[in-house]
Formats: sequence, structure tokens, C-alpha cells
Amino acid sequence: MPATRRRVGLFVTCLVDLFRPTVGFAAAALLERAGCEVAVPAAQVCCGQPAYNSGDRADTEAIARDVIALFEPFDATVAPSGSCAGMIKCHYPALFAGDSEWEPRAQRLAERTFELVSFLVDECGVDAVEARHRGKVTYHDSCSSLREMGVRAQPRRLLGSIDGLELAELSAPDVCCGFGGTFCVKYPDISGRMVADKAKDIAATGADTVLAGDMGCLLNIAGRLSREGSRVKARHVAEVLAGMDDRPAIGEPARGR
Amino acid sequence: MSGTGGREAILGSIRRSLGRGPLDETARAALDEKLAKPAPNIVPARTDISQDERIALFTSMAESVFATVERVSGAHAVPGAVADYLAGQNLPPSLVMAPDPALDDYPWADRPMLAIRRGAAEEADRVGVTGALMGFAETGTLMMASGPDHPSTLNFLPETHVVVLPAERIGGAYEEGWAKLRADGEGATGAGFMPRTVNLVTGPSRTADIEQTITLGAHGPRRLHIVIVDGDAP
Amino acid sequence: METTSRAFVANAREGLQDADLQRSLARFQGGFQVKRVEAAKRLPEFEALRDQARAIKDHTLAHLDHYLERFEEQVTAAGGSVHWCQTPADARRVILSLCQDAGARTVTKSKSMIAEEMELNPFLEEHGIEPVETDLGEYVVQLADERPSHIIAPAVHKTKDQVADLFHEKHTPLGRTRRLDRVEELVEEAREVLRPRYLAADAGITGANFLIAETGSSAVVTNEGNADLTQILPRVHIVIATLEKVVPTLEDATTIMRVLARSATGQEFSTYTTVSTGPRRPGDADGPDAYHVVLLDNGRSRMLGSEFRDVLRCIKCGACMNHCPVYGTVGGHAYGWVYPGPVGAVLTPNLIGLEEARHLPNASSFCGRCEEVCPMRIPLPGLMRKLREQEFARRLSPAAVRNGIGAWAWLVRRPALYRLATGVGMRVLGILGRRRGRFTRLPLAGGWTAARDLPAPEGATFHALWRKGRRA
Repeated sequence: MPATRRRVGLFVTCLVDLFRPTVGFAAAALLERAGCEVAVPAAQVCCGQPAYNSGDRADTEAIARDVIALFEPFDATVAPSGSCAGMIKCHYPALFAGDSEWEPRAQRLAERTFELVSFLVDECGVDAVEARHRGKVTYHDSCSSLREMGVRAQPRRLLGSIDGLELAELSAPDVCCGFGGTFCVKYPDISGRMVADKAKDIAATGADTVLAGDMGCLLNIAGRLSREGSRVKARHVAEVLAGMDDRPAIGEPARGR
Repeated sequence: MSGTGGREAILGSIRRSLGRGPLDETARAALDEKLAKPAPNIVPARTDISQDERIALFTSMAESVFATVERVSGAHAVPGAVADYLAGQNLPPSLVMAPDPALDDYPWADRPMLAIRRGAAEEADRVGVTGALMGFAETGTLMMASGPDHPSTLNFLPETHVVVLPAERIGGAYEEGWAKLRADGEGATGAGFMPRTVNLVTGPSRTADIEQTITLGAHGPRRLHIVIVDGDAP
Repeated sequence: METTSRAFVANAREGLQDADLQRSLARFQGGFQVKRVEAAKRLPEFEALRDQARAIKDHTLAHLDHYLERFEEQVTAAGGSVHWCQTPADARRVILSLCQDAGARTVTKSKSMIAEEMELNPFLEEHGIEPVETDLGEYVVQLADERPSHIIAPAVHKTKDQVADLFHEKHTPLGRTRRLDRVEELVEEAREVLRPRYLAADAGITGANFLIAETGSSAVVTNEGNADLTQILPRVHIVIATLEKVVPTLEDATTIMRVLARSATGQEFSTYTTVSTGPRRPGDADGPDAYHVVLLDNGRSRMLGSEFRDVLRCIKCGACMNHCPVYGTVGGHAYGWVYPGPVGAVLTPNLIGLEEARHLPNASSFCGRCEEVCPMRIPLPGLMRKLREQEFARRLSPAAVRNGIGAWAWLVRRPALYRLATGVGMRVLGILGRRRGRFTRLPLAGGWTAARDLPAPEGATFHALWRKGRRA
């Protein structure tokens, strides 16, 4: 653990903000337990991916400048999402290539931006969490976490430290669930088939819960499981790691209505 | 008929895209230097092994792609090995053989039952026998070069291809083959060292075009049998 | 070639509903993926070879004019000729006249994607020359009057029963009663039918995996040996290739060969790699009397100067389509032109226009698997995104999308207003969805709810709770 407390800017992500605040609190708790000082800049909204992947370069750059200015004061920027962290880390510098002011600023922020679970393990030296979870879970690797942020072993390592938790791997944990941002609404037939295949793979593990590190995938997967009447729960991996898996899973009715 | 208009238009379009005119003499000379002295790039280390190990690797790699391999001791054993192989496959003892002088050194007369014709392959030929310039342990690959002593049809038309390969011709990586062709063709101008056809052959003909089921003998040989000859081979 | 890329969405739906196709796709993708991983594992230098292969192509592209000129010189020195063709129509005319000069009535062909690009078969037929495809998959596709659905496995969309029915129908002299239950029987029958065609052909047309500047050679890679019978038996060998197939030396071609088969089929090396230089030599007992290389540009020299230059490194191994989840659900025909899958999503709009093919670069979840497995490290998702940027800038994307993104971005850049709007919205959705936890239908969310429910939000937004100091 670093000698001085690291000041971390938590990039909450718009999907966590809107759909699953629990994940934001879980992330903050995990970071604090790892010895970080957590700040949540109030003016943050989105990393700009919807515009970026729709080809709207001008809006993407405007949004990216706001994010850079907001998060550059911190020692590290951490997001409970490989996708949003990947946007900042892998794509912001390229957006401003050749811009004498913004390219170096984007580059500096990129170097200090991390996905939550890999940050805990690789940067903070966390190798176990104090949490309990009874049951069999499976883990879906989100494409950005896996391919842009190099997240694969870290969540498995921390899950392995949880008392009572059994991890059953998917047959194809690295295959896209079909979310893909705006892709899932632009090509619902294709996206629908992809998530149906993912749901089949999840069912075949016999797990009672599916975990992942990205809310986009989780909303997609949870929505499909719910459509199929499956009893498998979907949760963000941070909820389980932080011991916040006592509340309703994604898409589950609130208790005691 | 190949309108030079097309040539100049295409070269012009390439240069526009590259944002420059034709390369100057210095730049061309530097590129030509590389062409004149080609050097190997990364060569896999798997063939950095002894000759015995290379022969073993060649054999296991060739067998893994459905070739059959037999190792015999001495030139005198070759005709028998070929005859026995044909008998074992229920094939008639009749074959067409490359007019390769190196193959003359095997005592074919010891097996008078073998009916041997020398020349290119024809439609009716069922068995072809050839040598090979080299074998590469890297993937169990044979290198065969066309020429008066080795018509290429022998490698493809007959349904059974028997290759007689002296053990010392087994090398490591493909690059050794290019070096050998250049050395054999020394004195030839430009690329004159290249035979019309160089075949790198790794196992018998196969296809997986229907339901990804690997099936041998798609168009070329159904069987590739390699006789590795140790010792006093020609 | 006629394109149906505009109808991608309808094509895709058709593919999704075709049960035979779905079975075929699942089987073939699974098999190729496992084999590629295993082949890569067996070769410790695999990643370094990918880097070097990329560097070789980048170097060649940066000096493409020079290497093509050297290639031509060596072809000529070896007694062959090179024909430079800007357009598919130019290439068709050259090929036809070469065939006519040879008095050709039938020509055998080994698989070539650019022959599809130039619609060569129908053109030859119109002029009384019968083209015979010899790659088994391509032969099946030709018999069925279809198009290849994959660049290295053209008939991957067909089951063996469909092939058997096709053979029964088309191989009429063989009657209709023979058994064709097993793949071996189908391969055997194709062999018997095609053998006399090879022997009778007057000219043979092959594609090329590489053109080698050093020696003026073309190199072609197959597993069946069909490209060999196609080129050594007829009197004339015609090679058709696009500009970017050239590499400097035999060694450079060799480096790329080491990643080609491993990426494509997971083989250590393809069965037949054949390097051809000029026509037959004095004293040769076989081989063609004439050797021609038809060099086709068709937009490549223009792409060289564009932001899409990287895709010219493509060696047509098919790894991107073997690993693409979108290709894996819709099949190759949905893409509507010659090149399917991720590389097709980049090439097609560049070659036939973004107006025709705007769906292709959009129909990707950007999962990144294609880039991960591409032996030439082509940044395919990044190139698809550049096409989306062109689409947006040229206002080709639907107005609803452009306006929607614009309005959303406007709101995102005004955090206070965004919080107000989303705070109210999420609270309402949270209350409405509280009892069931999900929505099965929602206004304006038909795209989402067609295939899945929308999980209800927890209610308050994270930022609202955090500001209130509520810590979980």
C-alpha cells in the first residue's frame, strides 16, 4: 500500500448513476478499504462513448475535455467499468492526437485511469476481501475490461478470497454479450441473439448469480435472464466484493414492496 | 494489350496517396539492396536442435498432418520399402517416377515386379515417386522444385505420392530452402534461380469445406508416403 | 458484383431464422477458435511474428510503387507479363482476351475473392467461356448459384445434406440413386467430377496470397491442391491479384505464411504453398506455356492515402470472421457483398461506397475480438468507427440518431440540468418498476425490449444520494 493516501477521483459512470447507485457505493467502500481517499466530482456525467461510437466526433471531444478538466487533479481516476475507463485510457489520447494543449492532458489522465477491480489488485495490492457469499457464481468478462484494460485474473482472484463463494466459469466468458452501447438498440435482432446465447451459457454453469464489471453488460444480461424467466441473479462484481449483495439483484423487485 | 495507361495511372495514384513523386535514386538503391540480399526475419527456435532431433521432429510433424513416414537404412533398402508400401496399401506395383538422376542410384532392378515409367504424370497414373530438394522439420514440409528431373504433375495427379528423401536433406526452417535455391542457382541473373514451380507440401491433399470435416484426397494425392533414407544414400 | 448490403437488417433477420445456417455457424466458429488458440500456443514466436508481419506490410505499402515495378521487371525477366488494371471492367477485358487468345473454351479457377469483386464468372459465361470453380466449397457455391459466405470456407453456410441434394440434382449423369450420406462420399464425387475438368481446361486462373518483388513470383496457398492442378495442367496460367499482395522477398512472404494458416484454420502450415515464376522452362515436361499476372487496383491505391490504409495489410485469412459474434449469428451472406465479417465492414464501404454499406460498420458491438486475433494487427473496430464518423459528418446516418445524440450531448455538458432531468426520470421509473423490478415494454425503448426486459433503476441516482451523504 502506498505510504501516502492516494486521492482517487471516482468516475461513477452514467449507468451506475442512473440504474445502480449501489455499485457506486460499493466502489467507494472498496477504494476506502484499500487506503484511498475517495472524491466524487459533482459535475461528472458521461465519458462520451455514445457520441464517440455514433461517429459524433465534435461532441465527443467536447465531453472529453470536460472529463479531463474535472479529473486531472486526482492521483488516480477509477471507474467501476472497463468500458468507461477504457474510453478515457485508450481513446482520449487518440481523440486529441496532434493537439498541443489537449493531447498531453489526455495522455496524463489516461496514464492515471483504471478499472476498479484491477486498480484494487494491481495498484493497491489488495489480494483478498472481507466478504461472504453463499452460492455458485459465474463471471462474464466485459469486452472492454478484457481487451482494453487487461482485466481477467484480478476479479477472479478477489472472488476466490470470498468465503462460501464457488466460481463456475462460462464456456465462453470472453464472448460479447451483445450490449455494445447503441448497437443493442440499433440491431436488436442480432444483439438479442447474442445475449440469448450468453444466457444459455450462464444457465449451463448452474450458477445462481452472474457477475460482471460493467453495467452495460449487466443490464443486458439481467434483462435477458428476466425475459426468459430465469432465476439467475445478476450483480456487479463490486457489490459482492464489498459485501453489498444483500439488496435486490439487478432487475429484481424491491423487497417488502 | 496491357495498356501502359493503366500502369502509369496506378503508379501515379499510389504516389499521390503516398504524398510523393517517384522515389529518388538513393531511396531506390536502398530498397534494392534489401532485395538483392534477402535476410531471414524471425525464425522459430523449434528447429534449433540436432540433426537427429530434426529428423524426429520432421517425422512427427508430417505424421500429424496424415503423411506416413518410413525410415530406411541405405539406398539398397529403398526399392523394397516402396514395393512393400504399395503392397500394404493394396496398390498395383506400377508407378511413374521422376526422371531425377538421384533416383537412378536406388537399385530398382532388385524389385523386378515394380513396373516403372519415367516422366511426367498422366491421368491414368495411380502412383508417383519423386525425390525432394529438402524437408523442413519446422512443420514436416517437403520442398519440391519443378524442372526436367521433376515434373510438377507428379506431385498432384497420382492419388498416391511416394517421396524418397535422403536424411541429410532434412533441414530446419523454410528459409533454408530459399537459401538452397539461391545457392543452387548461383550465377543466374536476377531471380533466375527460381524454378518455374516450387511446391511446399505438408501432408496429403485435404479439405474441410463440408461441415469442417477433414477429408483427405480432395483433388491432389490421397496418400503421401515419405521414405527417409539414412546412410549411403545418393 | 450486385450488392444487397443496404438490406443488411433484413438479410441478418433471414440468417437468424435459418436453423441450418445457425447450426453451421456455431460448429465452424467453435472449431476454428479452439484450433487457432492451440496453434498459437505451440509457437512461442507467434506474437513477435505478428509484429514483424505487420511491419513488413507497412514497409511494403509505404514503397508500393517501387515494389510493384520491381515485381513487374522480374515477371518479365522470367518470361511472363503483368497487366495493370484500374477497374474490375479493365481486368475482365484483359482476362477475356487472354482466354480468347488461348482459344479457351473452359477455364479452371482456384478460389479468388477478387474474381468475385469483378464478377468474372458471369462475364466469361456471357462470352462463351465456361469457368469451373475447383475449390470444393467454391464449387458447391457455384453449383448452387450462390455466393461464398466466408473468404476461406465459401460453403460454410451449407450442411452436408444440402450439398448431397445439390450433387444429386446437378450431377445428372451419375443418376439419383447413389448414396451421399457421408462427407467422404461427397468429396469423392467432387473429385471424380472435377478431375476431367482440370485435364480439359485451356486456361487456369488462380488468385495469389503473395506477389514476391524479389523474384517476380506469385504464391498461392491451398489445402486441396486445386490451385496446383489449375495452374500446371492448362496452357495458360493467369494470376489475379490486387496491388497490396506484393511483399519484398521470399523471406518476407515466409514470415507472413507463418501467421496465415495458424490464424485461419489453426494449421501449422497449409498443405500446399506453391511459388510460381513465369511459364514452363526449356526441358520442363509440364507446366503452362504462358504466365500472366493481372494486377487489379479497384480503389486500393486510393485507400493507401486514406485513413483506411491499415486494412490493406489484410491477408484474407478469415480469422476476424471466425471470431466475430455478429458474423457468428447472421452468417456471411447478410453483409451483402464480397467480403463479410469485420474486414468486410471496413472494405465494403470503401470499395462500393458508404451509402450502399453504411450498416456494416454500424453492426458491430466493438467487442474487439477481430482486432485481437487479426494476424496483421489491423485495428478493425477503430476503422469501423472512422466510417461511422464519415457517416455522421456526411449526414448519412438517420436524422433521429443524429438529433438524439446531439440532444443527449447537449444535456451531458450541462450537469446541473442533466441531474435535474435524470433525477426526476429515474425516480419515476424506479417507482413504476419497483413492484416487478423490470419493464417488459417501455415507450421509445422498443429496440431494447424486443429481446430483453429493462431492469428498473434503484430509484434515486447515485449522485443525489452521495450529495445527501447517504453512504450505502
